[in-house]
Amino acid sequence: MSPAASRDGGFDSASAGRPLMARLDPRTRVVLALAFSLTVVAVEHLAALVLALAAALVLAVLARLPWAATLRRMLALEGFMLVVLALLPFTVPGRMVAEPLGFAVSAEGLTQAAAIALRANAVAVALLALLGSMELVSLGRALGRLGAPERLVHLFLFTVRYVAVLDGEYRRLRLAMRARAFRPAAGPHCWRSVGYLFGMLMVRSLERAERIDAAMRCRGFTGRFHSLEDEAADRPGILDWGFGAASTAALALVAGLGLS
Amino acid sequence: MAHIPDGVLSAPVLIAGAAISAVGVALGLRGLDPTRIPRVAVLSAALFVASLVHFPAGLASVHLLLNGLAGIVLGWAVFPAMLVALLLQAVLFGFGGVVVLGVNTMDMAVPALLAGGMFRLLWRQGAGPRRAALLGGLAGGGAVLLSALMVALVLAASGRAFETAAGLVVATHLPVMAVEAAFTAALVSLLARVKPEMLARPA
Repeated sequence: MSPAASRDGGFDSASAGRPLMARLDPRTRVVLALAFSLTVVAVEHLAALVLALAAALVLAVLARLPWAATLRRMLALEGFMLVVLALLPFTVPGRMVAEPLGFAVSAEGLTQAAAIALRANAVAVALLALLGSMELVSLGRALGRLGAPERLVHLFLFTVRYVAVLDGEYRRLRLAMRARAFRPAAGPHCWRSVGYLFGMLMVRSLERAERIDAAMRCRGFTGRFHSLEDEAADRPGILDWGFGAASTAALALVAGLGLS
Repeated sequence: MAHIPDGVLSAPVLIAGAAISAVGVALGLRGLDPTRIPRVAVLSAALFVASLVHFPAGLASVHLLLNGLAGIVLGWAVFPAMLVALLLQAVLFGFGGVVVLGVNTMDMAVPALLAGGMFRLLWRQGAGPRRAALLGGLAGGGAVLLSALMVALVLAASGRAFETAAGLVVATHLPVMAVEAAFTAALVSLLARVKPEMLARPA
């Protein structure tokens, strides 16, 4: 929960000494993230996938992602995916390489599991580097300028804002429960109490939203935002074109390796 | 659990999921009056926050999916709301991916929509909190079961090698289903008492 909370009000520091990633146009980063994911999903070859993971790590360096947190996220593929991966060597038919406890392990299964692990991690790291290090508001605007439906972009921007607000509200209610000696433990009592907690959270949020709605109508909101920054003026600069060209070359290399 | 990462599913499955979600999102957005967006956003943020909270169930700790609840309070707007929530999770935490976003949205939103529809069909304004709790539990548990089945189906459709894993997905989500049913029942009965208009029509 803390990553969402820490984002609230995290304004960019002065532009001097910013990582290269932060100086790119947000649209460049969105387009790159999309191209990267599509390429990685399309290629099969292990060598190409290793190269893709390396490229993702380069992106992480350029974005100056904190190493420890990034590593933890790479390992934190969800539990059930780990199970899927662990089962593959046993369920894919093929040449047998080992037979622990009488279960046949196939080489093809091992290769497939490795490919999936590489792909999932490469995409996750690239996403964190390209998009996760960006202010979410810029991401929303970039999506809008790239042609995402206006209402969807508004929904995204409002949601980003309210996640931080509700996180605070949730902590307040949770503190009130702790003050009354509530301790989570498996059982109907806990589940019901947490149900009431979120019910209250939703009622409060909806009432808050109604107030916001009224306040916004008061100020003439008709379903459109007016950006204070003149965004039409800033065009992708030489940095964007250069970075785009370099990335295209790298992706072409990955694709070439993967399809050969 | 609807975070199937990129690189697992086969291309036809990915394309089908993206197409279904695109239609759902388009329908959801068309019915979404621009001035209602703040309300839908607050609810989708509440659902996002709730899905980050882990709590104990037996030995394991589970996090709630809340898609049944989302369907009840959001209606068709659940498609864009889920898309936004899943995009945030992919970007902030690296759960899920970009190309599978369509499939993941479908796995969560289709059961949500069905559960919400069932709830509204059977719940009448003025019905007591007990009936609301029963229907809410049914919607909450049913939506989780359906989501698990869809994830399993999507995995199985991507290759025979995933069939065992698909079975496991369903088995591991049975306890989640029980917790979610109890949770949603309590929540919906509270809403029926405190703010029944929230159940009568989607936000």
